[in-house]
Amino acid sequence: MDAIRIENLTKKFKDVTAVDHLALSVAEGELFSLLGVNGAGKTTTIKMLSCLLRPTEGDAFLLGKSITRDTAFVKSIIAVSPQETAVAPGLTVRENLELICGVHGFSREKQSRKIQELTELLGLSSVIKKKAGKLSGGWQRRLSIAMALISEPKILFLDEPTLGLDVLARSDLWDLIRSLKGKVTIVLTTHYMEEAEALSDRIAIMKDGELLVCATAEEIKKQGGSDKFEEAFVNIVKGVRT
Amino acid sequence: MKMLTFARRNAREVLRDPLNLCFGLGFPIVLLLLLSAIQANIPVELFEIEHLTPGITVFGLAFMTLFSATIIAKDRGSSLLSRLYTTPLTALDFILGYTLPILPIAVGQAVICYAVALILGLSFTVNILWAVLFMIPVSLLFIGLGLLCGSIFNDKQVGGLCGALLTNLTAWLSGVWFDLDLVGGVFKKIAYALPFVHAVELERAVLAGNFNNILPHLWWVLGYGIAATVAAVLLFLRQMKR
Repeated sequence: MDAIRIENLTKKFKDVTAVDHLALSVAEGELFSLLGVNGAGKTTTIKMLSCLLRPTEGDAFLLGKSITRDTAFVKSIIAVSPQETAVAPGLTVRENLELICGVHGFSREKQSRKIQELTELLGLSSVIKKKAGKLSGGWQRRLSIAMALISEPKILFLDEPTLGLDVLARSDLWDLIRSLKGKVTIVLTTHYMEEAEALSDRIAIMKDGELLVCATAEEIKKQGGSDKFEEAFVNIVKGVRT
Repeated sequence: MKMLTFARRNAREVLRDPLNLCFGLGFPIVLLLLLSAIQANIPVELFEIEHLTPGITVFGLAFMTLFSATIIAKDRGSSLLSRLYTTPLTALDFILGYTLPILPIAVGQAVICYAVALILGLSFTVNILWAVLFMIPVSLLFIGLGLLCGSIFNDKQVGGLCGALLTNLTAWLSGVWFDLDLVGGVFKKIAYALPFVHAVELERAVLAGNFNNILPHLWWVLGYGIAATVAAVLLFLRQMKR
């Protein structure tokens, strides 16, 4: 079964069509990237898939369940790390992780185990007692991703996970995302070409809410007529014939 | 359990802000001491301790509106609430989670005010306990107004509206600082169409042991409280299912 099946998903805001009859599928365990310039419809797509926005038309199915009719089930299998860092600033790192465990109804034993696990995985032990609001952007982003992972999602949405991070923090996050490959289905939005190319099994390129291409990085390079991914992306988005 | 985890987080956010504690708990006590000092020098019936204390306890609740509105508005402004919308928390969990932590703070504030009033000469009767008990519906009114404001406005607007406007409305239209009969006319009619003066008269009746006089004030308090909370729930539902 596909982890995600999107059928004619459309979102209109008054006269603006943010996502236009999007149709694609993502396999279980796949790391799938949504790539596009600003306003392409990536974040709107993620928001619809995570039940934060109701589609104007169409539907999507996560592990076979509809995002419009089975929202409780869908919410129980997904986690989202939003574009802006989504942490409770007045709570410590540990308390933030406890908050997410609690709202997912974890037992105390499971909560302790998961916090230990995620603290090690993301190297958070040195800041575990610090207030989230006092952490640097990189640490807050790590915590934000830990909060997304701690609920053991089947599908993880990472919306611009490395936005605003320095080179080292980005490299660390790439390593982390790679380590999750195959264990959880990941949908990543980014406008960093190298990020999409380095991490993704497949990449969907969007422009003005429409899907231009959905393929592997190598296939996109061929389709875009360039050995360089960024150049191929620009050619496809600009509609340059190769 | 899920809701309680969220409520615990909100309690921590409120209680860890020293300004909240200073204003919420300290300011009503300062007013009580100041007005009692004025009363000692220039006796005014309105500022007699058994008349003044119920008014001050109700006025102090305007800060509870500010607390609840600020925390919701801040959460809405950050991505934290978006993240929590993708978890199994329901609209009711959110409303209860924001309400419950403020309620004991509000009741605690009333207890402290009455304790200070006892030191200042208020006679101890069992009616003080009843007055504290009747602070629960009054507190729910003020917290409900906060939920509503926080669901509509951003945190800067909330600061102006709840921090300045609501505290002033509570002060002028509640009959705490001056007798509304002195102004009369439309001003008095507006005051009696709003819940603040009813909250004060409810508390004064209870403290005086005049339980026959608590109606219709209790209905006004409950009516406004329920209307504000229902409106906040509906707004939450709308925001969750955009």
